[in-house]
Amino acid sequence: MNTQARIRNRVLYLKMYRSLVGVGTLCGIIIVLVYQFSAPMIRENKKIALETAIFKILPDATTKKSYVLSETGNFILSESSSEIDIIYAGFNDQHQLIGFTIPARGMGYQDTIELLYAYEPIAQNIIGMVVLQSRETPGLGSRIEDDHGFLRNFEKLDVSLNAKKTELKNSLQIVKPGKKTSRWQIDSITGATVSANAVGKILQQSASQWLPAIKQHYEDFEFGH
Amino acid sequence: MATKLINIPVVKAEPQASNEFIKGLWQQNPIFVQVLGMCPTLAVTNSAVNALVMGLATLFVLLMSNIMVSSLRTFIPRQVRIATYVLIIATFVTAIDYLIQAFSLEIHKALGAFISLIVVNCLILGRAEAFASRNTVNKSIQDALGMGLGFTLALLSLGIIRELLGQGSLFGIQVLPDSFQHWTIMLLPGGGFFTLGVLLILFNWIQQRQRQLQINEKAKAKP
Repeated sequence: MNTQARIRNRVLYLKMYRSLVGVGTLCGIIIVLVYQFSAPMIRENKKIALETAIFKILPDATTKKSYVLSETGNFILSESSSEIDIIYAGFNDQHQLIGFTIPARGMGYQDTIELLYAYEPIAQNIIGMVVLQSRETPGLGSRIEDDHGFLRNFEKLDVSLNAKKTELKNSLQIVKPGKKTSRWQIDSITGATVSANAVGKILQQSASQWLPAIKQHYEDFEFGH
Repeated sequence: MATKLINIPVVKAEPQASNEFIKGLWQQNPIFVQVLGMCPTLAVTNSAVNALVMGLATLFVLLMSNIMVSSLRTFIPRQVRIATYVLIIATFVTAIDYLIQAFSLEIHKALGAFISLIVVNCLILGRAEAFASRNTVNKSIQDALGMGLGFTLALLSLGIIRELLGQGSLFGIQVLPDSFQHWTIMLLPGGGFFTLGVLLILFNWIQQRQRQLQINEKAKAKP
């Protein structure tokens, strides 16, 4: 390769780098500016959506309080809604505790699934579930959000604790559609097996983490806070 | 006798800017003529609101990417043009994703992954490569507005028909009486295919009639 050709190539490479770096920087700035502009509105919308979802799956509740687990192991009231490990206790008109709504998240088929489920502590059942955010395949995995048969699983899903109250008595099981025989089993969705399994795993993980703690510190919610 | 030279500006005969706008709306409509962007066309037109928002989102991405590609067309070497166009398109898709979330989480949830999939809508990359990279910013804006509005109107017409027959409502407002038996299939993917097929036949029939009328008029005009 002669000198002129080498120089031409070098100039071309430089132009390519300049173009990609320049356009990349410009695009980055645009994304940051749009994010800065829209972030407060998105936060506000998410807060409203969360409140709506809480009262949808815990319909008897008229008020709610947010709690976080303190370093001492007790539940304490939290005013912030931005913390990750937060649960919501629902109270009726007589200020009686009627249940909890617990946010949970985990990996789905192609991105994180964020959901919220309602826990009724007396009967030890999950009594409702709503998907807050997911990017599952439209028409297939996305059915975890609106498939009536699948959502019916969460109207009375058994999450009883063992005798020591340290873990779930029965692990949640995902079974083939229509094969559910026990109240701790979840009927899957044909064509959305991975996403349905993901929901089951997320619930299992979250319930194992939160429900024993709620049981042990039940008085934190009923009295004094 | 000395001849006085006068500088007369040379005016190039350029196609009218309005032509670029009209062609996207009618002669080269992205859905009814070019049959581009079928994925959102069939998937999100089960309601008029979803169709409208998806159309406007695509219009925004198309307009902004056409402006940017056209402005930077001399700066971007040919060897990296596609990578650069995809970067530009992905940027504006990310932007519209945030903006829709800020506007309404409900609509964002209803449109789901299809907002992100605007990145791979061949209409947008196609216009960047075939038009914006070779034309001025002004003409690229006209092109993007024409194509984007053509796309939006086509989606909206599908959305209106499907929502009306599938739910008896328009933009969520009940317009047909309760006695109307809803055509549930119109809300399913099959309904999208049927409606698109019927509209394609109708659109092509109208265009053929127009062409025939033009031919007849030309024949009459000849002595």
